[in-house]
Amino acid sequence: MFKQTIDWIDQRFPLTSFVKHELTGYPTPRNLSYWWNFGFLAGFVLVLQLATGIFLAMHYKPDAALAFDSVQHIMRDVNYGWLLRYLHSTGASAFFVVVYIHMARTLYYGSYRKPRELLWWTGQILLLLLMAISFMGYLLPWGQMSYWGAAVITNLFRATPFIGDQLVVWLRGDYGVGDATLTRFFALHYLFPFIISAAVVIHLVALHSVKSSNPSGINLADKDNIPFHPYFTIKDMFGLGVYLMVFCWFVFFAPNAFIEAANNIPANPMQTPAHIVPEWYFLPFYAILRAVPDLIGGVIAMALSVLIFAAMPYMDRSRIPGGAHYRPFYRILFYLFAVDILVLGWVGSQPVTNTTVIVGQVATFVYFAAFLALPFISKIEERYLMSRKLPPALKSLLDAQGERSAK
Amino acid sequence: MADSDTLNSPTRRDFLGKFTTAAGVTGAAAACWPFVSSMNPSQDVLAKSITEVDLSNIPPGGMHTVAWQGKPVFVLHRTEAEIRKAQSSPGGLAPEEDGRRVQKPEWLVVVGVCTHLGCVPNHNEDGWLCACHGSMYDTSGRVVRGPAPKNLEVPVYSFEGENKIVIGKA
Repeated sequence: MFKQTIDWIDQRFPLTSFVKHELTGYPTPRNLSYWWNFGFLAGFVLVLQLATGIFLAMHYKPDAALAFDSVQHIMRDVNYGWLLRYLHSTGASAFFVVVYIHMARTLYYGSYRKPRELLWWTGQILLLLLMAISFMGYLLPWGQMSYWGAAVITNLFRATPFIGDQLVVWLRGDYGVGDATLTRFFALHYLFPFIISAAVVIHLVALHSVKSSNPSGINLADKDNIPFHPYFTIKDMFGLGVYLMVFCWFVFFAPNAFIEAANNIPANPMQTPAHIVPEWYFLPFYAILRAVPDLIGGVIAMALSVLIFAAMPYMDRSRIPGGAHYRPFYRILFYLFAVDILVLGWVGSQPVTNTTVIVGQVATFVYFAAFLALPFISKIEERYLMSRKLPPALKSLLDAQGERSAK
Repeated sequence: MADSDTLNSPTRRDFLGKFTTAAGVTGAAAACWPFVSSMNPSQDVLAKSITEVDLSNIPPGGMHTVAWQGKPVFVLHRTEAEIRKAQSSPGGLAPEEDGRRVQKPEWLVVVGVCTHLGCVPNHNEDGWLCACHGSMYDTSGRVVRGPAPKNLEVPVYSFEGENKIVIGKA
């Protein structure tokens, strides 16, 4: 009966061949480490955010007079409302943790390199969408941090030439952040998951076309690939278990770790809190914004700091395959950049003082310098590695590459 | 229409094709306008555009913050010392005479929104300090330290008698 049903479907819809092509027969490098779990985890977090978000929306009221209280209503009166909300608010932070690790893995192992440029760029678009949706969602509790975060970020659009001021009013639907802003942010916060889901499908189509990269950085022979299912479904499930342990610890034991205390005060358009900070996942970019003592310059620097990742496939000019593991200079650059981001994050979390301004400016300089130095460093590194004796296997691989491109 | 003349005239068909496409694109773009416009401030938001302030209970040195168009407006009753300080300085990053920013020297009325990214600066004895990104303004609301690019905006307002101003009305 089961087989008959499947046969009936297969004559009308490519079910079996789809499952075979994308799952049970999908070739996956056998040497993937646990760093390759984070794409799957990001997908899991997305589904959990969708689920909790839809149920929260059944109780939340997107009205400036009611929003703050409706969140308290969810916390106190709705059955398991506290759980839904803490899963959702912790989930937002978890989303960025997972996505940042996913990006760090891509950078470390050089997964952005040819032929995975489009895979990397669709990932970049997903990051921008994630930033937008989390920013809009953060306004919804209508606390002081929500309000002033939204006020500052919408004001960034004032840097737009000619129409800046009108654009900000148009975005807010009011002269300041107000009821109109809250209601439209809610509508868009509900719309964006659909856009993100579509972008994820595109990301996956790109992935299944070029297949996963792997820690060695070279394309493996067919015999070194194994089917995704069951080998990597199991590996992903194990990773999920570890992830859930950490995630649930925060949800149940430290749910306020990611909620600013000032957000427990209802939004007040007449009073900015003495020290406003964005969510932790925006801190490095916020530090870059503050490092430039000029509105337009700051906005441009901040936008560039996110968008510059897209240029990685072209700035990395080395032909040495593999990631930072096989590339001594690139590895130094990678760790320098990682430390620099942590410094920027710290600067972004501090009030403005003379020290933090200087540290922030130096760290911003290092941030961009690391990118701009990459074309030269990668080329110097390539020459350095070639001048030493390359392992014969690598030598033949590079020669083959050279011949192919010569043809 | 499909007479031999039309069928045998590819340039005419080309033109009609392009023209139709252009008309369609224009129409589609025009149809977007109601959606875009709906996001602009609505009539009830526009109606919040004037605010009256009673000045009689603001002592010298005191400041009131009132809401105008959903934004805070600082009404500062300046002391003699503050007036002297403001008048003796040409301003900082965006020089502007104090006299051009006030109607009466003892009353400074400025929109309390930092010209950098829109936080509400905190009042202190030197003027205002924006806690968000460290911009500073003097007792005339002029920017003396960045990142703010401009002086605090002076809204349109007028005196109605000695002790009342109307913000939003010239």
